Amino acid sequence: MAEDIKADVTMDLKGLKCPLPVVKVSQQIKKMQIGQILMAETTDPGAHADFPAWAKTSGNEILRIDKDGDVSKFYIKKLK
Amino acid sequence: MDSQQEISKLQAQLNELRGSTKNKLSMVVFSGDLDKLLASFIIATGAVAMGMEAVMFFTFWATPALRDKKKKAKGKNLFGKMFGFMLPKGPTKVKLSKMNMGGMGTAMLKYLMKKKNVQSLDEMIALAAELGVKIYVCEMSMDLMGFKPEEMISYPDLEFVGVAKFLEEAGSSKIQLFI
Repeated sequence: MAEDIKADVTMDLKGLKCPLPVVKVSQQIKKMQIGQILMAETTDPGAHADFPAWAKTSGNEILRIDKDGDVSKFYIKKLK
Repeated sequence: MDSQQEISKLQAQLNELRGSTKNKLSMVVFSGDLDKLLASFIIATGAVAMGMEAVMFFTFWATPALRDKKKKAKGKNLFGKMFGFMLPKGPTKVKLSKMNMGGMGTAMLKYLMKKKNVQSLDEMIALAAELGVKIYVCEMSMDLMGFKPEEMISYPDLEFVGVAKFLEEAGSSKIQLFI
């Protein structure tokens, strides 16, 4: 496994369904500083398509995705 | 220089084009079906998450879905009373477009949505309100079906408008949908 990424904020989005994971992440990232990292845990299978699409459109970066069974951890860096 | 002039002219045109289209989604919500209303609100709230503005224009069968079941309006004529009675009163009363089966299908879907933690239409409307999704309601539909502003849901950004308002919004939007 790659080295640990230190998240500034973590969010538990397990159990939430479309569109909530993306809505919650977009609300949270607005409150953060540029360069900070958000770690969002989700069980939504659609997140693997949705988070990258959201990041591309909103101008943020997904640093890494750790998948462990049904739970995926998305490390998102705020770029603007 | 001629080419210089040409370039500045093109630049001016480009700036004009950039200014005319906003990062916005405009939607006509025509259907009063639960499934289509849910899809509309999922797309609208998703758009805000993507950094867009979202505008929903409610017309025809979608209009009664924005009524508040607890509110009453006085002074309706016979037709207004009939429409009021026959059309669903608010977001909790709308039915599926398919597999309704006298209400059984809709009840089953609602049960599944709750079990699978999918947001109800009520909750989606509250989320849209929180995110600043704008709702326009077609004045003509209101008038035709005899609905009154005082029987509609309390929503922070709701206005009664005509088609020109929708077209103005749609004209300056990146995405336009009819649902």
